[in-house]
Amino acid sequence: MLRIENLHVSVEGKPILKGIDLNVKAGEVHAIMGPNGSGKSTLAHVLAGRPGYEVTAGRVWYQGKDLLAMAPEERAREGLFLAFQYPVEIPGVSNIYLLKAALNAIRKHHGLNELDAMDFLATVKDKTRLLDMDEQFLYRAVNEGFSGGEKKRNEILQMAVLEPKLAILDETDSGLDIDALKIVAQGINALRSEKRAFILVTHYQRLLNYIKPDRVHVLAHGSIAKSGDAGLALELEKQGYGWVEQLADAGA
Amino acid sequence: MNTVSQSTARYVADYDSIASQLPGSGLSWLQAMRTRALSQFSASGFPSPREEEWKYTNVAPIERKMFLPRRAIPGSVDIGLLGRYRLPDAFTLVFVDGGFDAGLSNFSGLPDGVVIAPLSEALGRFPELVRSRLGGCIESEPHGFISFNTAMFSDGVLVVLPARTVLERPIQLLHVATQPESLCTVRHLIVAENSAKGEIVESFVGQEDLSYLTASVCEVDIGENAAVTLHKFQAETAKAFHFGGIYVKQAQHGRFEHHNCSFGGLLVRSEIHVGLDQASECLLNGLFLGSGRQHVDNHTRVDHFKPYGISREVYKGILDERARGVFQGRMIVHQDAQKTDSNMTNRNLLLSVDAEIDTKPQLEIYADDVKCGHGVTVGQLEEELVFYLRSRGIDEPSARNMLTFAFANEMVEKIEYESLRSLVLEELISRLPQASAIKEWL
Ligand SMILES: Nc1ncnc2c1ncn2[C@@H]1O[C@H](COP(=O)(O)OP(=O)(O)OP(=O)(O)O)[C@@H](O)[C@H]1O
Ligand SMILES: [Mg+2]
Repeated sequence: MLRIENLHVSVEGKPILKGIDLNVKAGEVHAIMGPNGSGKSTLAHVLAGRPGYEVTAGRVWYQGKDLLAMAPEERAREGLFLAFQYPVEIPGVSNIYLLKAALNAIRKHHGLNELDAMDFLATVKDKTRLLDMDEQFLYRAVNEGFSGGEKKRNEILQMAVLEPKLAILDETDSGLDIDALKIVAQGINALRSEKRAFILVTHYQRLLNYIKPDRVHVLAHGSIAKSGDAGLALELEKQGYGWVEQLADAGA
Repeated sequence: MNTVSQSTARYVADYDSIASQLPGSGLSWLQAMRTRALSQFSASGFPSPREEEWKYTNVAPIERKMFLPRRAIPGSVDIGLLGRYRLPDAFTLVFVDGGFDAGLSNFSGLPDGVVIAPLSEALGRFPELVRSRLGGCIESEPHGFISFNTAMFSDGVLVVLPARTVLERPIQLLHVATQPESLCTVRHLIVAENSAKGEIVESFVGQEDLSYLTASVCEVDIGENAAVTLHKFQAETAKAFHFGGIYVKQAQHGRFEHHNCSFGGLLVRSEIHVGLDQASECLLNGLFLGSGRQHVDNHTRVDHFKPYGISREVYKGILDERARGVFQGRMIVHQDAQKTDSNMTNRNLLLSVDAEIDTKPQLEIYADDVKCGHGVTVGQLEEELVFYLRSRGIDEPSARNMLTFAFANEMVEKIEYESLRSLVLEELISRLPQASAIKEWL
């Protein structure tokens, strides 16, 4: 589904990602961990097509296509979804309005009819319930005045409605209380299927208790220092990143 | 002193020939008032950019033309256009080229004691009332447009809400221009006596792509504890010139709310000047759009004369292509006005590199125990927001449009009067690119 080959990315002339290789197959869940500033969000942003990043080397294949050549909206329409670490507030645009515009843009791309207004509302309300969110959130401006946790939950609501093929969740678990974490994990698990893949960027094992990853990667100083199975996350929880960073430094 | 333009001289010279047709021509006090105004206008002409309050707006294009007072033969009214802008649930008075049109108006079923009458009629029925009020809300040194209006006003409305009356249905003053080079000089007088409450909408529209001049003046006198909400819905033609001045006097605990939606016109100047008494409250909201070569000037002035007044002002502008916008907001807290609480914000979105805005909030504070704030922003859309929307599958032009729409819609949503709000929304959407797409999302 996603194949990243030797990806190098700079921001304002400063190299941030220094040769990332990653292969994510449909049906898999990958966790990306790593210390602050190691480049996790940068990777997520580059995959989503955020302007301002310069890809200096490498390629990214998504469903057999050259991902980096696609506009951000095209990526989204082809099923890529990024849940932002810091979701922005958009005053004046209601959640429901955004969901409708997004869903219809995606459907149109796939040659589908626009969803009937009643069906759309029913679907959205279902998902709202699934995430234990008050329906009132639908009519509020996107993330405006939402608490940190509410913003994260709102990202997952969007994901649930848009049903992406590849979802990249950038620290969606940070800032969630224990109950919210469980609900968000349920929301993610509800979407799991052999056709979908997830990349979970996280600092904590606690999310991975609910969603067992197939692979865990540790990003340090812009490259993947170590990969392993779910056991690696537990080891990191115990030992911290120090030893992995040493590995990375030794390798570099 | 300015050298007056040729057109000014012509208006003055032609005045005698029209004076007898103006409403109230038989009333000597009014004649005297008009004559005085005419000589003021004759001396000053229309305002010049040399005047501080007109610094950013040059009305020379108005002076170069000669607009004609109401003709004997009224123009033919586009009923479709009127229907589109008519508010279905309001008492409506229609003014065609500045003259009241009884046939098109409908304000029957007024509650007891409430007066809504065309000024031409009111001058016959309530001459003393009009005499005691007319000009009462206007500052002592009126500029050229105000004097012009006083000298020339062709009609208008008198609204009197008696004490403790709550007028449930809003009143719409619907002005339509139907003839080329016509002149709409209406003069409205709104009186809300103590504890009365009412809502009024001034709508300005024009047919086809006519060029004409609106020079309207509206006076609002708000009694103790009374509350008036006044809306201005300006959708003049692309070739129209518009001056609309609103002058408000509030008594103690009075409440005034104004929503100014400025969409049309080639050269537009809106003035809203409000004087507050003790513990009065004033809310000014404005939304202005400009594209092409439109020039849109908003001049607001809020005088806090007495303690405990509250004022809130938010103006938002969206300027595209070569449009030019002006926001001049004066907030004056006089020496007596302790404990004033006021805030003024002007936010502007420039959609093209050629669009321009001159924004000048002016706080003049002469009292020491007050809470006053102001803020101005001028800028483009935030790229972070554009990206967020694109990352959800929305194409870039639509994302920009959605954000532009959202920026404006925040002001529209402040309008509580529902049928007006949907009219404003429709007008707004029709004036943004990708109108049909926005409709789909709604
Ligand atoms: N616009 C920018 N200009 C300069 N440096 C940047 C910019 N954006 C990111 N960086 C730098 O790139 C590095 C990686 O940042 P990134 O946000 O990807 O880290 P992260 O792994 O997501 O960290 P965290 O765990 O704290 O979220 C950091 O050192 C950051 O300061
Ligand atoms: Mg990050």
